[in-house]
Amino acid sequence: MAPVLELRGITKNFGPVQALHGADFILEEGEIHALLGENGAGKSTLMGIAFGLIRPDAGQVLVRGTPHQIRGPLDARHLGIGMVHQHFTSVPALTAGENIGLTAGWSVSPGALYRRVRDLGEQTGLPIDPAARAEDLPAVLKQRLEVLKALATDAKILLLDEPSSVLSPAEAESLLTRIQGFRSRGMSAVLITHKLDEATRVADRVTVLRRGEVVHTGPASAEPPARLAALMIGDPGWAPQRASRSASAGEVRVRAQGLAVERSGPSGAPLREATFTARSGEVVGIAAVEGNGQRELLRAVAGLLRLSRGELDVSAPVSFVPEDRTSEALIGEFTLAENLAMSQGQNGAWIRGPWLDWGAVERRTQELLDEFSVRAPGPKTPAIALSGGNQQRIVLAAALERQPTVLVAENPTRGLDIKATAEIHARLREAANRGVAVLFHSSDLDEVVELADRVLVVREGRVIELPEGATRQEIGARMLVEVLGAS
Amino acid sequence: MDADLLVSFLTSAVRVATPLLLAALGETLAERGGVINLGIEGAMLAGALAAAIGSTAGGPWSGTFAAAATGAILSLGFGLIAVAAGANQIISGTAITLGAVGATGAIYREVYGSAGVGLSLPTFPVIPIAGLDRIPLLGPALFEQSILTYFGYLAVPALWFLLFRTRWGLALRAAGESVEAATAAGVRVKRIRIVALVLGGMFAGIAGASLVLAQVGTFAEKMTAGRGFMAVAIVVLGGWRPGRVAAAALFFGAAMALQFLFQSIVLNLPYQLFLMLPYLLTLLVLAGGVGRVRSPAELGRE
Amino acid sequence: MRAERSLPLISAVAAGIAVLAVTLVATGHDPIVALGAMWRGAFGSWDTILSAVLPRSIPLIVIGLGIGLAFRAGALNIGAEGQFYAGAIAATWAGLHLNGWPGPLAIAALLITSILAGVLWVAVPVLLRVRFGVLEVISTLLLNFVADALVSWMVQGPLQETKRIYPQSDPIAASARLPQIPGTRLHLGLLLAISLALVLWLVYRRTLWGFQLRATGAGPLAAGIAGGIDTKKMIATALLLSGGIAGLAGGIEVSGVSYALFQSLSPGYGFTGIAVALLARLDPLGTIATGLLFAALEAGAGGLQREAGVPAVLVYLIEAVIIIVVLLSDAFARRRSDGRF
Repeated sequence: MAPVLELRGITKNFGPVQALHGADFILEEGEIHALLGENGAGKSTLMGIAFGLIRPDAGQVLVRGTPHQIRGPLDARHLGIGMVHQHFTSVPALTAGENIGLTAGWSVSPGALYRRVRDLGEQTGLPIDPAARAEDLPAVLKQRLEVLKALATDAKILLLDEPSSVLSPAEAESLLTRIQGFRSRGMSAVLITHKLDEATRVADRVTVLRRGEVVHTGPASAEPPARLAALMIGDPGWAPQRASRSASAGEVRVRAQGLAVERSGPSGAPLREATFTARSGEVVGIAAVEGNGQRELLRAVAGLLRLSRGELDVSAPVSFVPEDRTSEALIGEFTLAENLAMSQGQNGAWIRGPWLDWGAVERRTQELLDEFSVRAPGPKTPAIALSGGNQQRIVLAAALERQPTVLVAENPTRGLDIKATAEIHARLREAANRGVAVLFHSSDLDEVVELADRVLVVREGRVIELPEGATRQEIGARMLVEVLGAS
Repeated sequence: MDADLLVSFLTSAVRVATPLLLAALGETLAERGGVINLGIEGAMLAGALAAAIGSTAGGPWSGTFAAAATGAILSLGFGLIAVAAGANQIISGTAITLGAVGATGAIYREVYGSAGVGLSLPTFPVIPIAGLDRIPLLGPALFEQSILTYFGYLAVPALWFLLFRTRWGLALRAAGESVEAATAAGVRVKRIRIVALVLGGMFAGIAGASLVLAQVGTFAEKMTAGRGFMAVAIVVLGGWRPGRVAAAALFFGAAMALQFLFQSIVLNLPYQLFLMLPYLLTLLVLAGGVGRVRSPAELGRE
Repeated sequence: MRAERSLPLISAVAAGIAVLAVTLVATGHDPIVALGAMWRGAFGSWDTILSAVLPRSIPLIVIGLGIGLAFRAGALNIGAEGQFYAGAIAATWAGLHLNGWPGPLAIAALLITSILAGVLWVAVPVLLRVRFGVLEVISTLLLNFVADALVSWMVQGPLQETKRIYPQSDPIAASARLPQIPGTRLHLGLLLAISLALVLWLVYRRTLWGFQLRATGAGPLAAGIAGGIDTKKMIATALLLSGGIAGLAGGIEVSGVSYALFQSLSPGYGFTGIAVALLARLDPLGTIATGLLFAALEAGAGGLQREAGVPAVLVYLIEAVIIIVVLLSDAFARRRSDGRF
């Protein structure tokens, strides 16, 4: 019996970077297969090729034994392949029904469309209001919409890209359980993840990808997790150096009282009521799934959003590391020196009166490149030429150059490989040890647990403070949202 | 003011509004897809010239088809530059218009020499719709117009249906709100935008034809005088919905027609003030943010 | 909008000339004869250079600098034509009242008035953008038409010559006129244009504000978030300065060339200025070069019409081709450097 999906000898280069090299992947009928690898290993690229978002340079894609040219998501849909993406991909201004209809290719007349959506909701046990605008949906329903879109296309092959970044731990579990149930309807699923325990908990088989090559494939229970981890990193002896906390919490640097902030942008959510503090010398982690108001919280502290209610005191200077480094932290076509100059503004040491001394900027940039181990040819390199990890290093360097009292970071290790992630963690810890109040959010719960001294959960716009030493289970439980009679 | 004067004012308002309406409908399509086409002024002007030449050669229908084709081709060019190649939409649209001004000016002089087109151009006659034109006041105004105006009436619900009741329209709107989401849903964003632009260009060309063949009766250099840009403002005022765009176009037509009205009423105001009126009105409307509907989210993004 | 990265000027201009040649052939003209006529119209003699090309280059350079400033910040000022006229109207009005003032003071007063008028003319679009998010492209564009009508009214009404025969104003006071090189139409305005270019070059290169201007245009999100720049204020300032400079161009034209106001004072400087700025990659020193280039093109177009009977308005087509080639080469370069497609 032919495997339901097979990728053979896939090679893909992005300019000089080789993302995939002769990668093979086989999905058998009815199985849940985990595609494991650290960030940057090529997992999303591989599945992106299966879904038609990316064109391979070499290799074949076979669906049920027949090779196909998948030129776009439309082709993928016709072949029965559906994808739940890493972040919300619904059109905010359209209704849930229109979004589902658009993805599934259904007819648009409202009566028929809404009926079909309701039917789908019943069949799958995931009801949703077809007339609600996607951007107005609460986070839980936004997540549900993502799943429904994939299921509506009658997909027999479901690709789930890092579902826990878009779904709360409980929702992710429940989805996977549901998919295991769908097996009887002939569905097979690929679970793309960088989290070991997710993979081993749910998958039948596991494939490990490292630097674009498949290094292992086999039943999930056959290898111990430690071995899989080593395969992912490729360096059996390396373990992250956990910098230890050397300072105790000092003065209050951030004080919020009944803080409320309006939602920012179509995929945001309002912060309704937040009361918390952050002190010098501590790392406060915010655990929340996308769309619960944590973005609004962080940006209000950073001074980018206005409060609609409540009080907020933040000791200046505040540095902010935004989530989207390529559009919010760096100007791609500017050189590293120019980016540094921009980030320091009037406070740059190279400002003399109205004049700007570019020579001094370049010298300082080179110093920072060395200090932060940024791999780049020099200060005059355009920022866009750097890899994600190196970009983030320089962004953090610029943020710390301000000598901030408070450092706010949004998903600072998003898309970074394990080594770069460990480095960023170490820097944040160092900053805290030097007295900075660090406030950060990660959609990866494990990262929050590992790095933070104290955890705040943001759920539907409200902040829940957890005591020091709270376990992952306890935190995950607080993140769970009950959906009350969503029709 | 007596009834005759009012009727003739309303009639000219509708007549003057026709090119604005057609151009604005075309621009609505383009902008619903997320593209601002400033080349619409050039498409309209080129369409006007094509209509004049075509009509001289084979009558007003030939002129109209030539105009539609010309507008479509110009907008296709814009689509290839701004969408397919990804160049800056605003500047390339302005360049298209600039080029059209130059090209039409030169071609006009070559074809017609210094004598100009003259009034021997075959045009569209007024076709009264029996019965409907008997309604007091509005009857003659709405139903004693040229065929192109009636085409405009039909185009409004047709465009509404296209945008809101077809799969293509849904895909276009998705492309105009979120390129990323639309792509993930399987929409070929670039392709659908270019198709919308070409359709819009056709409308712009026909708008130019209506200007020459149903309103002014002749061609003159730069005769569109910013009507294409006015259409862009009309689309904003109309909230990107065909029905409201039509109302906005009528409003602007009335503003332009005021010029003629005031020339019959002797007032001690310089006529230039009435020339300025439509443009100032546009600005006022944009400033007042009348009916501030959210624009398609991708509009104006690179 | 990329401010550096040189693309050979040649290929864009060559494309323009090629299109012109094709059009000429298509309309039955001998391209060699016609191009020869163009060359002679611009460079045929010292007289053409000093009196046809250089004087035309002055408003083009100044407007190009103004538009370049706005474009650097990502603000699309398409209303330079109207701002130019606003400046010209104000300059004429001032010039008519400056009899008896000492020369340099009169000129300064006139030019300052024209700058203020330009700023005022762009202030409405700025307000619309800052308060209501209205695209300045549309608002500046519409005001061009209003300015046209305004000029028409002025020269047939309040500013019309005392003789009341032609639609033009009386000549301005002699003391308010920019000195000329005797025997030519070249006036001191050229020095002003070049000085302005140098000042802007310095500001862009060596000041924080000039740099922040470019950051705002190149990456408004990052400029606001990482750079702490008030992008709204930056864009507003850029537009106001841009309008003022375009108004200055109008004042210089009145004070240096026409000495009076009439309807077609500007043969489309506001639009050609866009091409001038873009082709120079928004670089102030490059703008001097491209301003001269387009002045030569337009002077040549005059020669083309006189000698070969080809309509001068065709030059707009050449400019459009040049703009498009520059835009396309930009777009393709961006594609290549992306790596990811």
